[in-house]
Amino acid sequence: MEASAIPTAWLAGLSAPGGVLLVVPLILPVVGLLLGLLLGGRRLGPFVFVLLSAGLAAAVVVAAAVVTGGEPMLYQLGGWSPPLGVALKADGLSVVLLLTSAVVTLGVAVYAQRDFRPPGARETRGSLAFWMLLLGVWAGLNTVALGQDLFTLFVALELLTFSAVPLVSLDGRAETLAAALRYLLFALLGSVLYLLGAVLLYGAYGTLDIGLLAVQIAAAHALPPSVLAAAALMTVGLMAKTALVPLHLWLPPAHAGAPPAASAILSALVVKGSFFLLLRIWFDLIPGLLDLPAAQALGVLGAAAILLGNLMALQQARLKLLVAYSTVAQIGYLFLIFPLAGTTSGPTWALSAGTLQVVSHALAKGSLFLAAGLIAKALGHDRIRDLAGVGRVLPITLLASGVAGLSLVGIQPSGGYLVKAALQGAAEAGGTWWWGLVLDAGGLLTAAYLLWFIGHALSGHGPHPATAKAPGRAQELVALALALGSLLLGLLPAQVFELISVGRVPPPEPIATAWAGAFHWGSLAAGLLPLLVVAVLVLAFGPWGGRRRPGPLGWPAVGAAGLGSAVGWLDARLRCWPVAGFSLLALVLTLGVGFAFGARACVT
Amino acid sequence: MSGETLFGLCGAALVGVGLFGVICQPGALRKLIAFNLLGSGVFLLFGVIAKRGGGALAAAGQGADGDPVPQALVITGLVVAFAATAIAIALLRRLAGLNDQGRSEGEPPPASRSRSDGGP
Repeated sequence: MEASAIPTAWLAGLSAPGGVLLVVPLILPVVGLLLGLLLGGRRLGPFVFVLLSAGLAAAVVVAAAVVTGGEPMLYQLGGWSPPLGVALKADGLSVVLLLTSAVVTLGVAVYAQRDFRPPGARETRGSLAFWMLLLGVWAGLNTVALGQDLFTLFVALELLTFSAVPLVSLDGRAETLAAALRYLLFALLGSVLYLLGAVLLYGAYGTLDIGLLAVQIAAAHALPPSVLAAAALMTVGLMAKTALVPLHLWLPPAHAGAPPAASAILSALVVKGSFFLLLRIWFDLIPGLLDLPAAQALGVLGAAAILLGNLMALQQARLKLLVAYSTVAQIGYLFLIFPLAGTTSGPTWALSAGTLQVVSHALAKGSLFLAAGLIAKALGHDRIRDLAGVGRVLPITLLASGVAGLSLVGIQPSGGYLVKAALQGAAEAGGTWWWGLVLDAGGLLTAAYLLWFIGHALSGHGPHPATAKAPGRAQELVALALALGSLLLGLLPAQVFELISVGRVPPPEPIATAWAGAFHWGSLAAGLLPLLVVAVLVLAFGPWGGRRRPGPLGWPAVGAAGLGSAVGWLDARLRCWPVAGFSLLALVLTLGVGFAFGARACVT
Repeated sequence: MSGETLFGLCGAALVGVGLFGVICQPGALRKLIAFNLLGSGVFLLFGVIAKRGGGALAAAGQGADGDPVPQALVITGLVVAFAATAIAIALLRRLAGLNDQGRSEGEPPPASRSRSDGGP
């Protein structure tokens, strides 16, 4: 952070009010929620835009204060200190989540101005509901970022879920109502498990403040059974809310059925809220868990999510379902950091990589869902095989999809590439090369389904969609801006990423060393060569080869079809309610027993 | 058997019954009721912990007979569970209304609706 003297002094002046600043991101959405009922749906849209701009400014000021101060900001509500009072804290991680949620929500708010405030149309209750729910999601995310008390965080997660569920069913169709209900019930199961874990921790230590708990847990000779049980319960509860395979039954129908602006928020931000809490628990509350062998189990589930999600995305017929399954896969990358982040086994870049994946995926997936919404609106459908000609009608939208895709696949210089480089580096340094293999396979599969979609959209066959409705220019530009943001994330100076480590004890190794020499032509070529092979394969299966052709005959096609139906069968079984419920219980038991054995082995 | 043990066992039994119901019951309404049982079990456990005095007061060395913090948290938790139940009931009613409408008119429910009553 080599800033000149004047901006530094100015920034230091901004942070003078101290911790009170942290209250601003919590108050802004609530102000909007209260005034929303007075303003009504039509006037609430522009007002939300103003509030979000103010929120982004507040997040930037908090970030500047944290960076210049070099230590976390603390605020005790009402002057009561924990354990009786409730504290707010902004460290590097919180700042990243605050900034990401402000940027993506602002982008979605710009996009939604047209969808939910059609000029000349009558006021609908749907638009009022959308804007208020958007504010609710934003309030929940900000509280998740700043909360320092496990119960406050529980309430924040519930606020997030209760705002997200009705977003799914805004259009009131029967299938989206059913998807919302399924989402709500499964999320409730997850939050009860989380609450049970918090209760156990309170029973053992008499406080729910993360800072106080972490000190007491670290002081113990070995992790006591109640802490291990609480960790297993909370981890699995949060995994259910994050939709990690095999607990992903609710995600595809919910994210694919929602209106585009809502899908973008759900996929980009809402699942990250519960993941962020997992980071807090594993890295701040009980860092000892990372050294237990059970941390590998989370990585295995993440790898399964990458493979299953990508293979399912590859065989979807509808664009929004493809993007939703892509989210299932990208969530897997988030969980690969747990086996790679051991404090004794290797470098501690993994947390930075996970945080960066949160940001990069939020931007890219937000953009992709907005683009998919524009395409569906222009054509009136989102069947991938019938997308021919879209490239002519919506060139900017398609460009946005492509750029966002670069980040999802992990091509230089995107944020996704940095994530993969850091995870690969950590895997190699730790001698666990198989995680790198999963990363490579995931990237190639992602490239395959994105090329499948873009290939169809670019092909000139089929009727020219002359009847297509023209989208708003601002909507297309928002999708492009979010995509460019995720692409250019990799070009930020490496020092910026050290923001993540503010407030971590002991300070992790600088992530910049992981990326030293990550950018060069050789690695670009090495990354692009397999992609060319994938592109040729996708072409062989043919968006340009005429419609409805089953692809080249022979054993590759038969093998692919067999694999596809097997994966589809597995996914359908996993997404049955009882199967997912029993997987949840089995995961709690497995993790609990794994923690217990690991902790005993550590002591002896 | 002391009171705490009895209530603790009751809480555990409620959690078990609730988990069974949420996972195995076919209907959404039954799942919702089972979720409420599950939540009650967790709240009861929290109350037992308060009674045992394993909380802030005991940590401060003051008395072992009742800790007010879990009570405050349980009340908040009840409000959250109530809100969750309300949203689920609203979704269920709307869904049932659409199904009835579709059945009486002999056609599938309308593809889209501009108004979204029944949301929270």
